[in-house]
Amino acid sequence: MEVQTTQSVIRTPEKFLEGVATVIGPDGRADASHDPKLDRALVKKMYVAMVRTRVIDERLVTLQRQGRIGFHIGSLGEEGCILASAAAMRDQDWIFPCYREFGALLWRGMPLQDYVNNMYGNANDPIKGRQMPDHYSGKKYKFGSVSSPIGTQMTQAVGFAWGAKIRKEDLVTSVYFGEGATSSNEFHTAMNFAGVFKTPTVLLCRNNGWAISVPSEKQTASKTFAEKGIAYGVKGIRCDGNDVLAVYKTVREAVERAAAGGGPTLIEMMTYRLSGHSTSDDPRAYRIEDEVTSWRKADPILRLRKHLETLGMITDAEDQKIRDDVDAELKLCIERAEATEKPALSTMFTEVFKDMPQHLQEQFDECAAGPRPKAQH
Amino acid sequence: MAEMTMVQAINDALRTEMRRDDRVVVLGEDVGKVGGVFRVTQGLYDEFGDDRVIDTPLAEGGIIGAAIGMALYGMRPIPEIQFSDFIFPAFDQIVSEAAKYRYRSGGEYTCPMVIRTPVGGGIRGGHYHSQSPESLFIHTAGLKVVCPSNPYDAKGLLLSSIRDEDPVMFFEPKRVYRAAKMDVPEGEYTVPLSKAAVVREGKDVTIIAWGAMLYEALQSADDVSVQGVDAEVIDLRTLWPLDIDTIIESVKKTGRVVIVHEAPKACGFGAELLSQISERAFLHLEAPPVRVTGWDTPFPYTLEMEYLPLAHRITPAVLETAKY
Repeated sequence: MEVQTTQSVIRTPEKFLEGVATVIGPDGRADASHDPKLDRALVKKMYVAMVRTRVIDERLVTLQRQGRIGFHIGSLGEEGCILASAAAMRDQDWIFPCYREFGALLWRGMPLQDYVNNMYGNANDPIKGRQMPDHYSGKKYKFGSVSSPIGTQMTQAVGFAWGAKIRKEDLVTSVYFGEGATSSNEFHTAMNFAGVFKTPTVLLCRNNGWAISVPSEKQTASKTFAEKGIAYGVKGIRCDGNDVLAVYKTVREAVERAAAGGGPTLIEMMTYRLSGHSTSDDPRAYRIEDEVTSWRKADPILRLRKHLETLGMITDAEDQKIRDDVDAELKLCIERAEATEKPALSTMFTEVFKDMPQHLQEQFDECAAGPRPKAQH
Repeated sequence: MAEMTMVQAINDALRTEMRRDDRVVVLGEDVGKVGGVFRVTQGLYDEFGDDRVIDTPLAEGGIIGAAIGMALYGMRPIPEIQFSDFIFPAFDQIVSEAAKYRYRSGGEYTCPMVIRTPVGGGIRGGHYHSQSPESLFIHTAGLKVVCPSNPYDAKGLLLSSIRDEDPVMFFEPKRVYRAAKMDVPEGEYTVPLSKAAVVREGKDVTIIAWGAMLYEALQSADDVSVQGVDAEVIDLRTLWPLDIDTIIESVKKTGRVVIVHEAPKACGFGAELLSQISERAFLHLEAPPVRVTGWDTPFPYTLEMEYLPLAHRITPAVLETAKY
């Protein structure tokens, strides 16, 4: 089938990342002058989390294609910047997600079963089936709630950090968003408020090349997204988002600077969205396959795996075991989720307010007593 | 007890609660040193400092977004939107974020905050300083909506709102701000949310109003009494969640209802009130219910007294329903 695309320029990793500092070289070795010299167990833990995130992602896409879940929005190709940036936050810090960061939520400790339940919107879904899949929330894990409109989480993350600053608590917030969100009012306002009040916030822009079908160069006339920090008096940094060590180092330094009173940092993590925007999107309609192919070679998992090989920290058998383990866990989680009933009817009416007001009590009674739909998802 | 205007009573409520609860902060445009363009926050900056009385950059979406973040963190932010006509850049943050955070997070998070904003016309402010957008916030689930009519209620309702666990839209009728003084208790007291007040008892017609229009309703009640019509006047005080029981009790007694609001007629809150009255007390009605409201036009400058549902329009409407 001949596919017509709207894309005119192919951005290979080499082109996209021109002039951006890296730590892990093509040979898998860390550049000694930039190596954050992380604890090896932490590096391995990040690798395991990235592989697990990838396997989960692929499985969820399959489930969606099979009609077993309604939707999935994943992080294929972006696991490096998501996991490394989450790992770089301290335990007391809070994370405000965009919607591709389930890997960060699992990193923070949400049980896989809870996440899978969220994909099914069943009775055990932590958010009680009230939102589409992947609109998770994790207060226990110091993790915000996903909102679909672009950028709304940014001012909230700034306000949260600002509150902590006012209350003199040692706490930093990070907030994820795509490069498309830098066009939103919220980006401007969040950057401005963060700059003026020097809030301890790390603004994490995942520049993955695409905002659904619009390439990143159509999002701004600026040369980079990081340089947008200049106008707000906010430090802006670009880093190789598929280089786990570079991301960790950059984010960790920003967290420490914020905690020390140095104010916010905008970090542009250069990465690539290997998948469509979501399971509802077919990217073949707008992008050239050669670009995707070029980025498959820059896969952050392959990159870190090569680094681990140079350190003698991974074998093929071990790698396979990571995948087999998560596969087995997933299988069980999916079975349980599919065997779990829908949320109770009452959950439609509870928690609109703390206490159910009279009109909602009346509507709940009416709904419960009235005709109910035969067809269920 | 001290004689206070509504501006002073709200200021007193803020000061009282900020002294009691150090999680309470005020933020907005010009709320700091100058005390707000209506001086509602006057003196708070000097007492509580710039960490708790915060002059923000000019961005309503940012004010509300940041306040949501503070509320999620555990504070009790009270953002001020300078005029409710300026609230729309923050609409998304209010209706899709603050209003939904509890529900959408499965009850993990709460977003307790009071969004204070002056509302209504009659102050020669034209379209951008006179509108009454309350029904837009009632129509979306998850917000409480309050509109006091006098200094006593303003302070008591504001203290209840700040202590509430859900986001509250607190509309302050600016035409009433300095119009009259009233005895207001010093220190703490609350007026409960979702409780309407029957401010004048009568047996023939129920007039429902709130905010600045309450005084027009009372004027009309006086006017029609001369002609032998005994009107009952209800001040809703909290618009949402609604105290429907007080309304239905009154309508069952009078059989006639006139609803007054400044907002445009189409999809104004009066439409919802009439629907609920029809659903619950249709067979008690003696006359077609009537709405006396702003027209379905933009809010005009020169002709604002033609636009507002003042006593000269309410009185004939009440008399008309009394004919049945």
